[in-house]
Amino acid sequence: MSILPQTTATPLGRAQAVTVAHSQPLYVGRVRAGFPSPADDHLDADIDLHAHVVKRPAATFFVRAEGDSMQGEGIHHGDLLVVDRSLEPLPGRVVIVALDGELTVKRLERVGQRFYLAAANSRYRPIPLEGREAHVWGVVTHVVHALPGAAS
Amino acid sequence: MIALVDCNNFYVSCERVFDPRLEGRPVGVLSNNDGCVIARSNELKALGVEMGAALHLLPPYIRRRAVLLSSNYALYGDMSKRVTQTLAEFSPHVEVYSIDESFVGFQGFDPATLEERGHRLRQTVRQWTGIPVSVGLAPTRVLAKVANHAAKKLPAYGGVCKLEVDNPATRTILRQLPVTELWGVARRTGERLALMSIETAWQLREADPKRIRRAFSVVMERIVWELRGHPAITLDDMAAPKQQIMVSRSFGRMTGDLVDLREALRQHTARAGEKLRRQGSVTSAVMVFINTNRFQLEHPQYRNSVVVPLPRPTDDSREIAHAAARGLEAIFLKGYRYQKIGVMLLDLSTDTHRQLSLDETPQSEAARQRRQRLMATMDRLNRELCRDAVRLGLPRKGNAWGLRCERRTPRYTTRWEELVRVKA
Repeated sequence: MSILPQTTATPLGRAQAVTVAHSQPLYVGRVRAGFPSPADDHLDADIDLHAHVVKRPAATFFVRAEGDSMQGEGIHHGDLLVVDRSLEPLPGRVVIVALDGELTVKRLERVGQRFYLAAANSRYRPIPLEGREAHVWGVVTHVVHALPGAAS
Repeated sequence: MIALVDCNNFYVSCERVFDPRLEGRPVGVLSNNDGCVIARSNELKALGVEMGAALHLLPPYIRRRAVLLSSNYALYGDMSKRVTQTLAEFSPHVEVYSIDESFVGFQGFDPATLEERGHRLRQTVRQWTGIPVSVGLAPTRVLAKVANHAAKKLPAYGGVCKLEVDNPATRTILRQLPVTELWGVARRTGERLALMSIETAWQLREADPKRIRRAFSVVMERIVWELRGHPAITLDDMAAPKQQIMVSRSFGRMTGDLVDLREALRQHTARAGEKLRRQGSVTSAVMVFINTNRFQLEHPQYRNSVVVPLPRPTDDSREIAHAAARGLEAIFLKGYRYQKIGVMLLDLSTDTHRQLSLDETPQSEAARQRRQRLMATMDRLNRELCRDAVRLGLPRKGNAWGLRCERRTPRYTTRWEELVRVKA
């Protein structure tokens, strides 16, 4: 019986990351009727983390988080955030907002007709957007958080 | 139909994407070495600051109120690439005309849908990149330029103006447009046109094309045809915008070989350098772009560009070629078949008005004169003997001079350590 906590990591193996116009198979056999070529099973390109995370290069920006208000979403001070500006800022999504001349990261929440910026840390209160100068800059899709031992 | 998509106050708009505090304030971007103003926000224009105004001559109250930034070419180059990539979502026919202008061909699209498409394109570029653009739609490039001008100047259009070949709106706009405001009509040409009683764009359109050709040139005749709605002009006919020089060419056969690309780039750079010296200008940054053939969908597709700032404004082909070569190394990817490579010289200023930077000693002044003689000799030999009689090898990597850029914003999109910071 395992005494380890129930967080497990499953190795993914070599998978081919497929995105628009970014990754190319190194070689593609012709489509044939009849038996599939056994060689096609070995067609994988290297796993491309960038292509996995960046779906729309034109609209994707990397930004650096500073502060502890979003810890509950796994965003820590110094983390790298991947921001896709092409996504719609729907309630529930973590967004970058230009608020009073400053870029800030919070979760967009909606109560009735009112929008709020919610922190993920009980020490911070939600910020009502009503009557404030604010516009959504982009939607955060991923967090890159370095653990101890990672080369910076 | 063809669209001209032009980024509004491009350099300033790039800066504003990453610093919302700049919104609504007078903002200017300075040329390399902070000599003069090369980009202005509308608020700065309203203060009466002219394009090219020297920084040290700006009145103190403007210097206090305005935010004046050093040019951040790494950022502008990256944002320009993002805008082009976004445009490519709307049509396969995207032709880059300058760092902030592209023609987007809509041949084969239903003309009735184009205005709406233009609005969507504008909205998408704004959302994806943060850059505001104006869209001019028309049957020809010259008219698309006119339409773009109208889209920018007349708020009623909401940033998108579609010009028909002939209707009351087109007539009104062309009748009010001085002929010298037309794309491809220089001021000197305008003076000669005035002698023929041609002062507005409409009068040029009504002129006899043959007469115009005899008096001026084939290109001027084509402008008349374009004004009448018949496409007659390709980008190669037209000079690049005032502040830029572009040389690009498609390969006869596509190539994936870096050696071929380097060779082509070296030729383009040499050509661009000649043009630069002929007009007595110096450049501060070099943009290199490469792309595969978008119409051969069976091949993998790639397009990319990069801007390499020069250590100081120069007209020396060797320094330009060196920067361009470094740019190519940075964006070249193996495994693609390239159709086109090009080079663009940015932020041109006049040689004689050039400000000496602090690190230029009398010695380097002598070196500069020697360099100028060398370049002049090279140009003469190439003119008199044959093209490429004298060519450049490339200098070693790693020369570095200090560039003056005290007020440069972080290179938000191209350096890990300079990423934009958000408050969490």
